[in-house]
Amino acid sequence: MTPFLLLQALILLGLIITGALVVAFKDLLAAAIAFAAFSLLLAIEFYILQAPDVAIAEAGIGAGLTTAIFIIAIRGTKRFEEKE
Amino acid sequence: MKMTKIVRTTADVFYPFCLVFGLYVVMHGHLTPGGGFQGGAVMATGAALLLVAHAYEDITGRLRKTAMKILEAIGLMMFLFAGLSGLLFERPFMGNWMAFTGKWFSHPVAHGPNPGDLNTAGLLPLLNIGVGIEVLGGLTIILLYMLSGIHAEKKP
Repeated sequence: MTPFLLLQALILLGLIITGALVVAFKDLLAAAIAFAAFSLLLAIEFYILQAPDVAIAEAGIGAGLTTAIFIIAIRGTKRFEEKE
Repeated sequence: MKMTKIVRTTADVFYPFCLVFGLYVVMHGHLTPGGGFQGGAVMATGAALLLVAHAYEDITGRLRKTAMKILEAIGLMMFLFAGLSGLLFERPFMGNWMAFTGKWFSHPVAHGPNPGDLNTAGLLPLLNIGVGIEVLGGLTIILLYMLSGIHAEKKP
């Protein structure tokens, strides 16, 4: 039980860190990659919570397709956030 | 705009493995976690990898819009006719007439812990395959239209 709790605590910490990084990055490509890492950690968390079905969907849609859509959108617009 | 040669080669090598893993998730949808939607999403992730790595002109030969439209239509039709086929055998819509007939996907399920038999569950694998094809076509065509819109905007 204890190693699973430790792993869960590490993953939740990683979720908070990557979520903060998504907001903090001014480089939008780096923010998209941080969002992919967020989705991957969320998929692992779903798997630990014994929902492997949701974990596969999250890894496929969140980490794969959404990142691709963001990268294509960044290709069409600008890479860096502008200062106000 | 295309990425470096390392990224392109990695995407080319990774693409068939993505497709095979997606097909595995689809085919074992009635035995293991996953199913039509998840497997189709995994396959579409492979297509997204190719689309992100390559330039749009290089990818149109391998992933065509018309082929993806046809895939989407085939998946939807397969789901619909698999559901309607129950009416021919005096069952309701989505009635599982294929189970226990001794033909495809129709072995009886073993009791207790067992390694899992692919030839079970009757109509459900057909529905899973239909949904998998549908999701692959639908998600890939979203990405293709986004990329082609950007390509057309930047051309002049």
